[in-house]
Amino acid sequence: MSKDPYKDLKITKGAVVRPGTTLVNKTGSWRSERPIVDHEKCVGCGNCEKFCPDMAIKEMENGRFEVDLEYCKGCGICAEECPVKAIEMEKEER
Amino acid sequence: MGDDRFNHEEDLFCPGHRACPGCGAALTSKFVTEVTGPNTIMSMPTGCMEVTTTPYPESAWGISWIHNIFENAAAVAGGIERAYRSFKRRGKKGYTDYDDVNFVVLAGDGATFDIGIRSLSGMMERGHDVLYICYDNEAYMNTGIQRSSSTPIGASTTTSPAGKESLGEDIHKKDMPSIAAAHGLEYIATASIAYPEDFKKKVEKALEIEGPKYIQIFAPCPRGWRHESKNSIKIARLAVETGLYPIYEMENGEITNVKKLKERKPVEEYLKAQGRFKHLFKQEGGDKVVEELQSIADHNAKKIGIDK
Repeated sequence: MSKDPYKDLKITKGAVVRPGTTLVNKTGSWRSERPIVDHEKCVGCGNCEKFCPDMAIKEMENGRFEVDLEYCKGCGICAEECPVKAIEMEKEER
Repeated sequence: MGDDRFNHEEDLFCPGHRACPGCGAALTSKFVTEVTGPNTIMSMPTGCMEVTTTPYPESAWGISWIHNIFENAAAVAGGIERAYRSFKRRGKKGYTDYDDVNFVVLAGDGATFDIGIRSLSGMMERGHDVLYICYDNEAYMNTGIQRSSSTPIGASTTTSPAGKESLGEDIHKKDMPSIAAAHGLEYIATASIAYPEDFKKKVEKALEIEGPKYIQIFAPCPRGWRHESKNSIKIARLAVETGLYPIYEMENGEITNVKKLKERKPVEEYLKAQGRFKHLFKQEGGDKVVEELQSIADHNAKKIGIDK
């Protein structure tokens, strides 16, 4: 965890010098519904990735769109904006 | 760290930020960084995006980012721009690539329409090379959904609550793009998160222009507008399709490049999708407010020329 901002934390004069460090905060724990992608139905338009406010859907090297469950907050925008309804929201069970 | 299949190294706006699920402003931030690239200095006043993206000592930003109080985001951005220009003129090491640096302000509607309008006006008047982007979620969401001068008529907020004696906000939304236009800006645009390509094109175009620029983007807030988080994009689209939030560009005072509509939808469709307007369909006199909102949409259509 080289990017952990809490390690060796000294109080500076109001400056955050380490960019992109909110990554330590796993917002996936907020989720009450998780998106399930049906790769058979998917046409690869990329709407889900485009409209994700949490950068939690990415196109993989094999062209598949996968959900990063560590950060997905389960807002459901991807399922709503999918033109072929290839994403379904499923109740999260813990 | 985390799931190895996912690489967030290239995200200039990183996940892990504390914005609510389905946040329109977070989407705006993502779109902005996708266009500006890393060589950008962003000044941001207090607001939802400031609070949710930078809980000390974390930062969601992959670009240079500075926070300042509500009043002076534009002034700070202007100061940075002038300092860069000065350093470059004096040949200071590391500042000679001035032309490639983007100076951007990203502010909410409270900081733009109300509290920061003085410094914004000053920045526009002095002609700093700054792109000012306002994410318009039509109230002070960060502090608990208080009305701002961007709140549309009829909307229920915590300081304009709907109840026995009230039908929600009773003052019209301020026409901020026209105020910016009165400063003689070369480029002004409105956009919506429902049309990211359009917005990104506008940001790209604005960054190429020297001098002050103003872009206002419609960004729904599921928490404040009382709608399901999944409907953020749908509602943003409806606002455009009903004519309540026209998308256009204004170049040297002339309205150009309007998003035209074949058939405008009735405003009810947009209003019924949100809890902040639900009293308009239950309370007595609500129909009058709906009519008024429809007349605003009609007026927009005429003034800006939305209808095909």
